[in-house]
Amino acid sequence: MPNPLVAWMAVALLAMAGTGLLLSRDWRWELGLLAAQYLGAAVLVAQHLPLGMAATKLVTGWMTTAALGMTLTVLPYREQSGEEYWPQGRVFRLFMSGTILVLAAAITPRIDAVMAGIGAPVIAGTILLTGIGLLQLGTSQRMPRVIFGLLSVLAGFEVFYAAVESSILVAGLLAVVTLGLGLVGAYLLVAASAEESA
Amino acid sequence: MSAPLVWILIPILIGGFTLVLLGERVIALTGGVVCASLAAIALIVPIDEALRFGPLSIKISSSASFLGRSLVLPPTEAPLLAVIFGLCALWFFGAEAAGVARQLIPLGLMICGFLVASLAVQPFLFASLLVEMSVLVAVPMLSPGEQRPGRGVIRFLVYQTLGMPFILLAGWLLAGVETSPGDLSLTIQATVMLGLGFAFLLAVFPLYDWIPQLMDQNHPYVAGFVLWLLPSIVVVFGMSFLDRYAWLRTSPNVITGLRGMGLLMLVTGGLWSAFARHLGRLMAYASITETGFLLISMSLAGASGVNLTFAFLVPRGLSLALWALALAVIGKSAASLSFPSVQGRARMYPWACAALALAGLSAAGFPLLAGFPPRLALWQALAHDTIAGAIWFLVGLIGLMIGAVRQLAVVVVNKEGDRWAPTENIIQRGMLGLGILGLVLLGMFPQLPAFVVGRLPLMFEHLSR
Repeated sequence: MPNPLVAWMAVALLAMAGTGLLLSRDWRWELGLLAAQYLGAAVLVAQHLPLGMAATKLVTGWMTTAALGMTLTVLPYREQSGEEYWPQGRVFRLFMSGTILVLAAAITPRIDAVMAGIGAPVIAGTILLTGIGLLQLGTSQRMPRVIFGLLSVLAGFEVFYAAVESSILVAGLLAVVTLGLGLVGAYLLVAASAEESA
Repeated sequence: MSAPLVWILIPILIGGFTLVLLGERVIALTGGVVCASLAAIALIVPIDEALRFGPLSIKISSSASFLGRSLVLPPTEAPLLAVIFGLCALWFFGAEAAGVARQLIPLGLMICGFLVASLAVQPFLFASLLVEMSVLVAVPMLSPGEQRPGRGVIRFLVYQTLGMPFILLAGWLLAGVETSPGDLSLTIQATVMLGLGFAFLLAVFPLYDWIPQLMDQNHPYVAGFVLWLLPSIVVVFGMSFLDRYAWLRTSPNVITGLRGMGLLMLVTGGLWSAFARHLGRLMAYASITETGFLLISMSLAGASGVNLTFAFLVPRGLSLALWALALAVIGKSAASLSFPSVQGRARMYPWACAALALAGLSAAGFPLLAGFPPRLALWQALAHDTIAGAIWFLVGLIGLMIGAVRQLAVVVVNKEGDRWAPTENIIQRGMLGLGILGLVLLGMFPQLPAFVVGRLPLMFEHLSR
């Protein structure tokens, strides 16, 4: 059942979690923020899909987070090394996440006017998630960050796509892709650390 | 029994089964025999028709239901299944000679299954999800656990994953275009989304930087398999869009875009190839130009475009398989595949270096080799439409030819003290010899695969007219 207040609260949660994910360099915080991101995404998905299907997305997201968490827990390295490339630093990342927030605030009403029926919170959530995800992909080469970025982009897309396509097959395949991405991420994390620890 | 069960589920299950097999040879034989059998079934047993063997009657139905949607492999797709599984059998039989059967075959079979499922799923727009699943399976195959994942693998994962949402969104927009065909802005949005999606999936210029990195940092045979199979299926997927939407296949902008991108890939791939100093990267650039050829073929109007696109299918698969096998053999004892590391290797690996030279020349369209007939036909067809395009086509081919000659010069260079001491084993010689023979036979008799390839355009009701 669509509830605008709950939906906007989910958008606020996504904004905080996304910004935190971009700023944080501690893997524990990152996992918590990723889980919060999936909670917000599931609330937005529930605006258009039945609660059961939205819950599936939440469970899939949390399972993915758990898989990544279990991997990061056992890895020998946990330090958050600096990026190789300029620009970097917390201020820069904060500025970029602010840009995404401004972008979302600016273009959500326009898109909402063109695509009636989807809802402004869903559009804003989509822009936030994909924007922050692309930002992570574009500003970091670190494996966990790449995976978090891809998962964020995918979650943003799922929020939007749930509003236009309600097929069970698509929901199932997207869940498999999300989980698969988490597992592949965990695999790559282990592979990346194996050589470092050797 | 249904066709999706035979050509989707069986490869995936057998792929899972081969994970527990131990011997390289057993895995290679299992994978090769399974794929060859599936290709033979696709050729012999008609789909949706009863086949009688005395008292026994076998019928493979074309569709199966899955999560409320259909997976359909109609009789017109049987030749494509035969080609895909036939070429997969070739790759898998060669995997033992390349020393990567355990790394390639189990996950390779699963990838085949997912990609065939992407051709079968209805509505076909959902295919991009299955392509993404095959990409996810390909990552551990490309980057085995003991090896640090290189940038090529990560970019491969990122770019392919980013392609999926664009295709799905394009599908949603295309449904809107169908209901209101006069809406120009919606049409433009759908075309842009579709273009971006396929640009990511096919690694169109400038999104192909991961291909040379992949060939540089990963095993050439495994990377070559991915570079052969994925674009082949994605191109068929792309042709489904052209077949389904009349405005798309008749749009001059789409045709110009396809042709321009194809030529850009051919020219840039050819030029990079001319200056490359790494055997793996040379093959990567050749595979980029192969995608360029496919895009140019798709841009040609009517049945000739479809026929030309499919004409590349078999020579491309054979040529890339042979090239990748040659690189795998040469790379076994070399520190890397960079030019300084492989100088004079022809004295140690004469068969592999011969295969390398012929595969490179075939990619450049050298006469009497497999790559020559489709390139010549495409060049002629392109010259009918645009002379400037034909000239740029020649530039790309010249770049590839320079690359092929340079790699030949590097491997045959006579370093002081080197003597002829061939070290390839009998399996490597056999597989390389068969590949060379196939390359020459396809060059001399290009109509050899016509009994299968000739039926492929029937998959597309509108494009084949």
